[in-house]
Amino acid sequence: MALSIVHRATGVALYFGTLLLAWWLIAAASGPGAYANVQAFTGSFIGRLIVFGYTWALLHHLLSGLRHFVWDLGYGYKPSEREGMTWGALIGGISLTVLVWIVAYTVGGGR
Amino acid sequence: MVEFALPKNSKITGGKSWPKPAGATETREFRVYRWNPDDGKNPGIDTYYVDTNDCGPMVLDGLIWIKNHIDPTLTFRRSCREGVCGSCAMNIDGQNTLACTKSMHDVGAGGAVKVNPLPHQPVVKDLVPDLTNFYAQYASIEPWLKTTTPTPQKEWKQSHEDREKLDGLYECILCACCSTSCPSYWWNSDRFLGPAALLQATRWVKDSRDEATGERLDNLEDPFRLYRCHTIMNCAKACPKGLNPSEAIAELKLKMVERQI
Repeated sequence: MALSIVHRATGVALYFGTLLLAWWLIAAASGPGAYANVQAFTGSFIGRLIVFGYTWALLHHLLSGLRHFVWDLGYGYKPSEREGMTWGALIGGISLTVLVWIVAYTVGGGR
Repeated sequence: MVEFALPKNSKITGGKSWPKPAGATETREFRVYRWNPDDGKNPGIDTYYVDTNDCGPMVLDGLIWIKNHIDPTLTFRRSCREGVCGSCAMNIDGQNTLACTKSMHDVGAGGAVKVNPLPHQPVVKDLVPDLTNFYAQYASIEPWLKTTTPTPQKEWKQSHEDREKLDGLYECILCACCSTSCPSYWWNSDRFLGPAALLQATRWVKDSRDEATGERLDNLEDPFRLYRCHTIMNCAKACPKGLNPSEAIAELKLKMVERQI
């Protein structure tokens, strides 16, 4: 049940994260001044924390959604499969988030 | 609708602590939900001590011991005491299960055995829930063989392979552990049929002898009756018979799609 709640919570969080993404795209389209404002926000500690959270919400919801996709196809109902996929989504989501950020920092140098 | 708190008159307040049985060398603490419809008070948790040297190993044995030796007013349902009737379903240490098949040594890690009625159902008294709605939902899926072809001279025949398709479905004892563990059922039990009734629906849809599959699926084609299941899986975790209602419900959902293509 806990992971079902997390799946929904990350789904709700994605709405707000997508607003952030839309803001970034609109700013990029409207000019360097507006874009710099967004960059200043997402570059701040709080901003980075929010974007980090968004990355996790996105990746967790993606993996957890795949788990539901498998169930909707009628597979993965044995207790071992059920628990395996559930833990997989949780651990996979966190590991992929950290991995994405490591890659982002390595490539982008923390800009 | 979604409810996170108990209504005012269902809030648990106080409860009585009964003395340890005299002369008992080994005891186990039981904390049991009590509510009497006649005294106008809120429910409470009573504390009892069971003499484990004078009592069987199961939680039900403990409850019967309390009723016989300490408090005859303690009310609960029980019958077969071996997990085939489903009467003694209750919430033991946060898990819906049968009191008769749950060993008191397997719960509470040596601390108190906490016993509550099945969650989110109206309480008749103490550990007895009112399952009227649950049974009405079972009746609504019409759990009997429906046929249009003339009745054969002898029995309706079924191959061994077709009979095997009912394994994991026919064993359900309708104890309500699964349905009352499901958040969707807690919040929409007026319209969502719940895992137990849906598992039974699957049992009749998959029966090779049944000739009303289309009608049965029509009856379930509804945003609430079937599709309030969000694969939360509490039902499969709760089932004391090891059945998997969520898998049965997935089969129903697949059949709904299959008949459209």
